[in-house]
Amino acid sequence: MATDGLHENETLASLKSEAESLKGKLEEERAKLHDVELHQVAERVEALGQFVMKTRRTLKGHGNKVLCMDWCKDKRRIVSSSQDGKVIVWDSFTTNKEHAVTMPCTWVMACAYAPSGCAIACGGLDNKCSVYPLTFDKNESMAAKKKSVAMHTNYLSACSFTNSDMQILTASGDGTCALWDVESGQLLQSFHGHGADVLCLDLAPSETGNTFVSGGCDKKSMVWDMRSGQCVQAFETHESDVNSVRYYPSGDAFASGSDDATCRLYDLRADREVAIYSKESIIFGASSVDFSLSGRLLFAGYNDYTINVWDVLKGARVSILFGHENRVSTLRVSPDGTAFCSGSWDHTLRVWA
Amino acid sequence: MAAGPASHGGCPRAQMPHLSKMERVVVSMQDPDQGVKMRSQRLLITVIPHAVTGSDVVEWLIQKYCISEEEALHLGVLLVRHGYLYALREPRSPGLQLDETLYRFQTPYFWTSTLWPAAELDYAIYLAKKNIRKQGALVDHEKEHYDQLHRKINHTWDLVVMQAREQLRAAKQRRKGDRLVIACQEQTYWLVNRPPPGVPSVLEQGPGRGSGMARRVQMTKNTDFYKQEIECCTKALGRIRVKSSVCLEAYLKFSSQHRPHDPIMSGCLPSNPWITDDDTYWAMNAPNVAAPTKLRVERWGFSFRELLADPVGRANFMDFLRKEFSAENLSFWEACEELRHGGQAQIPTLVDSVYQQFLAPGAARWVNIDSQTMERTLEGLRQPHRYVLEDAQLHIYMLMKKDSYPRFLKSDMYKGLLAEAMILPETKRRVFPFMWKPRHSSLSPALPPASASVEPVAAAGGPGGAEGEA
Repeated sequence: MATDGLHENETLASLKSEAESLKGKLEEERAKLHDVELHQVAERVEALGQFVMKTRRTLKGHGNKVLCMDWCKDKRRIVSSSQDGKVIVWDSFTTNKEHAVTMPCTWVMACAYAPSGCAIACGGLDNKCSVYPLTFDKNESMAAKKKSVAMHTNYLSACSFTNSDMQILTASGDGTCALWDVESGQLLQSFHGHGADVLCLDLAPSETGNTFVSGGCDKKSMVWDMRSGQCVQAFETHESDVNSVRYYPSGDAFASGSDDATCRLYDLRADREVAIYSKESIIFGASSVDFSLSGRLLFAGYNDYTINVWDVLKGARVSILFGHENRVSTLRVSPDGTAFCSGSWDHTLRVWA
Repeated sequence: MAAGPASHGGCPRAQMPHLSKMERVVVSMQDPDQGVKMRSQRLLITVIPHAVTGSDVVEWLIQKYCISEEEALHLGVLLVRHGYLYALREPRSPGLQLDETLYRFQTPYFWTSTLWPAAELDYAIYLAKKNIRKQGALVDHEKEHYDQLHRKINHTWDLVVMQAREQLRAAKQRRKGDRLVIACQEQTYWLVNRPPPGVPSVLEQGPGRGSGMARRVQMTKNTDFYKQEIECCTKALGRIRVKSSVCLEAYLKFSSQHRPHDPIMSGCLPSNPWITDDDTYWAMNAPNVAAPTKLRVERWGFSFRELLADPVGRANFMDFLRKEFSAENLSFWEACEELRHGGQAQIPTLVDSVYQQFLAPGAARWVNIDSQTMERTLEGLRQPHRYVLEDAQLHIYMLMKKDSYPRFLKSDMYKGLLAEAMILPETKRRVFPFMWKPRHSSLSPALPPASASVEPVAAAGGPGGAEGEA
């Protein structure tokens, strides 16, 4: 009926404006307890000296853009995935390739190493996340033991094992995140709330809770309770897609990198953005971010082929690293913080220390 | 181009914010007072005004953004690659020459943000013009595209050729200088939108970002969506916040406490394996090493979480708890972790085993939980699920954290461990790089334990900085 349609539209419009006004109130509340800026507090801290980091290993072998990488807990092995469907496991210390698998799809945008070191997970345009046990048996092909775990309705953008090999968390272009039981492929929990593609996620290093943060094309970063599926905190200060999110080592904050060419730090207890890492000369989006072990440094890979190193406390850029010949798509610090690895659209990965 | 582009409403600017930013830069560069120094380019008898040298561009960027020459040059190269700057004379390399080569700024008409995506019809006309001018001698990839397009839009090919002839005729009526500039502008536009083979496209975006491979999702902003936002906001409004000063102080404390433990900030002893190719550091810090290093033992004192995260720390803590007759607390916590992170199929068995061992009246390793929590837990056990022991687990965790953990840190046991713990001397990088030390390979965690005697994968490292080739 015509009148129903009108009523529906009024409800939609009034809900939308209610949401907007609540968001405004929330920003006001958040501002009330903001009594000092990070760089002010950090004035007491010694400035960092010259930073010399060089490429210590270059891993060549992918035939196309490297899209994602992850470290093994053994601090030296890594898994990487690329646009041509290849997923490779390397001992990056010796630069040997140990395993390779060809996915049935292109643009493998997500890959992760299992905590045990005995399996990897990956996915992309196939809309799935699959787990491959790593085998050294020459008679067995890795593809034979492949297990399809997650099913989304659009591309897989990120995946991560939780504290064990038995659960996987995924983020997708379908706007949702999901938690899966690896053995059965059962969906344990789904997370709805992003208004567009979800591009990244990171698990909180918490002692008692179960939370993770995700970032998406709706410019939002959202913190979720894994048990209930509810969004517990949301931040919307970026001006463009949020490409990467990573927790500060204490778990009390997280950093995000965005196409708006900035990285930002959000504190979870203060419930607000507390720092912006940007420079006028940095024009291209930040594609991936990670902290050094003490959280003092933030490494960020950008679409202008460079890596910028930021002093998290003082907000200044400490160093700029050149070397890649196309955009840096992925960056992770090693589990013991001795180095970080960057992957690029120039088909290579580099380990820096 | 005399003819306008085929239908497109311009680039979705919002999806490529770096383009608008680059455009602001080139606009500033052309400011008559504050911009880059303008020169004129003499080409035979023609004079082209408003040209700049690569060095002047770099110098301007250095001054304007307070950056190094390397960074300024890098930015300049990106401006060229995105078609915002072009060299007047052939050959046009993809870089930014710092010699007397002169560049001009691309006209906004041809900016990627105004004229994207490039229309096939326009490309066909452009190639047809080139074909006519060069009398059939197009470069390989352009010839290929030309033939492809001829086949594809064969039905309108007459129109293409007619347009091409018309544009060439109109161009002849212009002054030589203008003709040259327009030709350069057009060529630059096509170099960006149809890069020759071997040159990566700067416009490629990846799935979901407008490349058309996997369309960007726009969630239907229906009533449910807004209701959820409202719920989230309402909850957020009720949340207890901590003052910024308190939160930010915590970072200072955390960073300074962990600084000596951060290899990138403070180095590591004996040396960083990536720098010296010596993996002793990893051997000394193996997960279950018999003799932990001093730094490692110190870390156990930072927080209860760090103690438990370290297998050696946890094992020592377990020994301590045994002395205090409360080891069942840690064992219970470990069993709860296993449940929380385990496979779905194992839940019923695990829950039952935990109940029998730790919670049942008269259980062998009964844990002391407060009656309320115990009651709630036992009630929940009727329908076991992954989180059924969460309350009990938290209770025991807090008990250990507030009570046993501080006592552990004060204990003779811990103090003894600190005193015994190793500090390794520093090993410097070998002075003579040709005295190559082979990089030892390590056994993959994926190898089954039985094959520990199997030859590890041979190291392929060569002298100097070896790289794994395909």
